[in-house]
Amino acid sequence: MKNKDINKVPSLEVHNLAASYNRMPVLWDIDFQIPQGVLTGIVGPNGSGKTTLLRNIMGLMKADSGYVKIFGEDLNKVRERVSYVPQRESVDWTFPASVREVVEMGRYRNANLMRRLSKTDKEKVNIALEKVGMLEYANRQISQLSGGQQQRVFLARSLAQDADLYLMDEPFVGVDAATEEAILEVLSELRNEGKTVVIVHHDLQTAYQYFNWIILLNTRLVAAGPKEEVFLQENLREAYGGRLTILSKLSNLIAKSEFPVREKGFKETEGSGDGQS
Amino acid sequence: MTIEAWYIIITGALIAASTAILGSFLVLRKMAMLGDAISHAVLPGIVVAFLLSGERDSTLLLIGAAFSGLLASLLIELLHRKARLQEDASIGVSFTWLFAMGVLLISAYTGQVDLDQECVLYGEIAYVPLDLMAFGNTYLPRPLLVAALLFLIVLLYLLFSFKGLKLMSFNPDFAQSLGIRTQVWHFTFMAMVSLTTVLAFEIVGAILIVALLVVPAATAFLWTRALIPMIVLAVFIGVLSSFGGYGLASVLKGSIAGAMVSVAGLLFFSSLLIKLLTPKKN
Amino acid sequence: MASLSNYISILDPSLLVVMAGTVLLSISASLVGTFAFLQKRSLVGDAVAHAILPGIALAFILKGEKDPLILLFGALISGWIAIALMDFISTKTKLSSDTAIATILSVFFGFGILLLTYIQGQANGNQAGLDQFLFGKAAAMRQSDLWVYGGLALVLILAVFLFFKEFSLLSFNPDFAQSLGLPVKTLRFILNTLMVLAIAVGIQAVGVVLMAALLITPSAAARSWTDSLKPMMLIAAMMAALSSFAGSYLSFIAPSMPTGPWIVMSLSLMALASLFFAPKRGMLARLLQQKKHQRKIRNENILKAIYHFSERSDQQKDWLRIEDIQGIRAFKNDSLKEGLKQLNRKGLLLLKSHQLQLSKRGEQEAMRIVRLHRLWEMYLTQRLRLKSDHIHPNAETMEHIISPEIEAQLLRELDYPDLDPHQSPIPYENDN
Ligand SMILES: Nc1ncnc2c1ncn2[C@@H]1O[C@H](COP(=O)(O)OP(=O)(O)OP(=O)(O)O)[C@@H](O)[C@H]1O
Ligand SMILES: [Mg+2]
Repeated sequence: MKNKDINKVPSLEVHNLAASYNRMPVLWDIDFQIPQGVLTGIVGPNGSGKTTLLRNIMGLMKADSGYVKIFGEDLNKVRERVSYVPQRESVDWTFPASVREVVEMGRYRNANLMRRLSKTDKEKVNIALEKVGMLEYANRQISQLSGGQQQRVFLARSLAQDADLYLMDEPFVGVDAATEEAILEVLSELRNEGKTVVIVHHDLQTAYQYFNWIILLNTRLVAAGPKEEVFLQENLREAYGGRLTILSKLSNLIAKSEFPVREKGFKETEGSGDGQS
Repeated sequence: MTIEAWYIIITGALIAASTAILGSFLVLRKMAMLGDAISHAVLPGIVVAFLLSGERDSTLLLIGAAFSGLLASLLIELLHRKARLQEDASIGVSFTWLFAMGVLLISAYTGQVDLDQECVLYGEIAYVPLDLMAFGNTYLPRPLLVAALLFLIVLLYLLFSFKGLKLMSFNPDFAQSLGIRTQVWHFTFMAMVSLTTVLAFEIVGAILIVALLVVPAATAFLWTRALIPMIVLAVFIGVLSSFGGYGLASVLKGSIAGAMVSVAGLLFFSSLLIKLLTPKKN
Repeated sequence: MASLSNYISILDPSLLVVMAGTVLLSISASLVGTFAFLQKRSLVGDAVAHAILPGIALAFILKGEKDPLILLFGALISGWIAIALMDFISTKTKLSSDTAIATILSVFFGFGILLLTYIQGQANGNQAGLDQFLFGKAAAMRQSDLWVYGGLALVLILAVFLFFKEFSLLSFNPDFAQSLGLPVKTLRFILNTLMVLAIAVGIQAVGVVLMAALLITPSAAARSWTDSLKPMMLIAAMMAALSSFAGSYLSFIAPSMPTGPWIVMSLSLMALASLFFAPKRGMLARLLQQKKHQRKIRNENILKAIYHFSERSDQQKDWLRIEDIQGIRAFKNDSLKEGLKQLNRKGLLLLKSHQLQLSKRGEQEAMRIVRLHRLWEMYLTQRLRLKSDHIHPNAETMEHIISPEIEAQLLRELDYPDLDPHQSPIPYENDN
């Protein structure tokens, strides 16, 4: 492959991804691509499946159908190039660890889990701490941080991973205006370096301002693309105008009556499944 | 103090130190009651292994009990995930069933099993000095050696798995996103808890195991904000409980295991009180 | 031979007392336990059961003799302190509720053991027989005990009936209960007190270690039989009674075996059987239901394949061969044959020496499935904006699931389309 072709490979391709909890479908055949080097916002109302989408992309739960490609490869091949930031509330911040210890986790790998971190690893941790302005708090215990500082720690851990694709779940929740700006600055910097950043975001007001690529989600994909094309009255109304009754009814039917979420033996893999009927 | 007293105290301290290390992670992972369930559920395994082998120090005993410990966690998983029973009830149903089975086995084979119902609950730590084992030309209590071996294993496990355990306890999703095999780590950890439970069972009994797993770690967590100090303090509290427990038991002429738990409990409640009465910084 | 001696023994007056006692105790525990179960506080019940021990021992030490009411009072107090402490620790410190439960459970119990062994070392210790609280000693129950404990159990059962509405509201929807102006705190206090009392009484039968089973296991079992509260409580109480009956009897004919563990054993077996085999919610039933769906899907796919064959092939053939179907869609051979037989039996398919044909009804059924498939593809492209080359897999599943009601809604929303996104016609019944 030529260099030019490599740049054309989307950073993230989600192909017909469907997911459910206890047979209750929460994502319906999500299908989109994100090019490299954009700052993307995943936007949708509460419970619209944003977190579920990220968890599926990171292989944290088993999809019912579809697949995900990252830089054209399976996740396992490019894990080192991807960084995932879970929702801040998903961890217990009373955990006895220092800021530095948490950020160091960004350098953990299967290979070095039983050894000490190398010097380069420690340097990368310091640089990441510096970037989010937490270096002076490095030895503070995480139980003593404010909400905004906790977000900065998670951001630093992600930066320490030194990835090419960043997936972050609500990094702006619970931060003040100054921190929000600081975080945004770091993210823009990443984008300027040609990295791809995907952010789950709540606030419609700021979404247009912050991102240049937007994915509108409400259990189904409403729209995905450059923000100018996506941010239309009609799309927004559709995304925030409630669930489709037919989808909800069908979901309940599947959950209640032990139907398979996807037909057995009809698991779509790459290249198959576009047949006629 | 007599040498017998030292044997008892040191055996108790070694076990308390091992459980404090593992218990710290149980507490941080909010899995304390699973430890409780496992410590009850190893009983039928121990009894069956006893019946099959006819003696108490055998690898069969170990395997049987460790097996039933893992079986218990699998049963809990099965009831919760496949039979869709809520998690707390899955734990409650599983361990009471297995424990009842163990008690019934014991009473059915009273003559053949050198275990009685009370020993199951609070162990036989007082008899530690009686169970001697030739060691060159010196004699040492076998339980003491078992406890020392256990402590060594747990310590090695901690040294090699510290980072992994820390990561897994703080943020398992993130660990998985790094490609770390969290299932393997989880399984290994549960196996260590089962092993500890089994080795400690006949020495200190089911209840003391739970107490030693949870109480020193919980107390240490109240005082510390960093992981290593927490583990060190938990170990220290465990050892202290062993000393204090022996003393208290000799005064009251009661169960040593019960006294050790009472001392650990006393340390816990006084910590709680002090923490409440002293104004917080920040 | 055996039946005669059984017949005699079941009328034994001491056995009757034991049975009546354990049945009453376990029914009251199971009823109170249902609310603990619904509030996901089962393990709190376990901790309270263990925490009662020091109260009993202290009451004995203070009073110097075994007076059931005094011991009960001691049990009530230490059970209550344990609940208060658990709530306090899990809300006011950084320790999780799980840690709080395990801590209180083991500390109280260890302290109780210390006191018990202390009492046993005293002069009057051996007559105390306090160790019966560990595993219960139902077999030793006298008539006088029956009056006290059975009476209390009846009071408990009565209280559950009296407060039934309030407790169920409290368990299902405490916020709503609050908004109705119910005294939620008081109710919680009453419910907790009833739980402690039920436990203090129940340990007579099974002892503190296994008491959790009397609280939790009946509701866990009953839950797989029903979705609504009243039948659930009834089933739980029946299982509790039945297992107490069985447990008392078993330990009566084999006196070396304790009653409590037998009760728990039979209760657990009933619960496991319920969880696995109960109709509808049981594991097996759900598995069978899934199998049934798979058969239905396979059969519908066969119908669809036949329909597609006649839709695609140029020459109009009345009778198809099995290979024709395999040419449309690769079925496993055995599975296909089984499916054909089932369809034939249902009158959807005519079979004639290795050849087959859809019946009139079969044709309508095939048409319905194809229609649902194409309607759903239409819906996916229009409402979910999926590209037309991405919609097939999803429709391949949903065609089997969409109910007539949803179909009607689809038709309305899509306004009876003629062609699907691949330009294939959507078949309607009045077409032919
Ligand atoms: N562990 C779970 N078990 C069952 N259902 C779940 C689980 N997690 C999420 N859900 C359901 O899945 C749907 C999508 O949830 P998800 O957390 O992905 O939404 P979200 O868009 O991230 O919401 P929010 O903006 O509140 O973070 C919701 O309806 C939620 O109730
Ligand atoms: Mg979310």
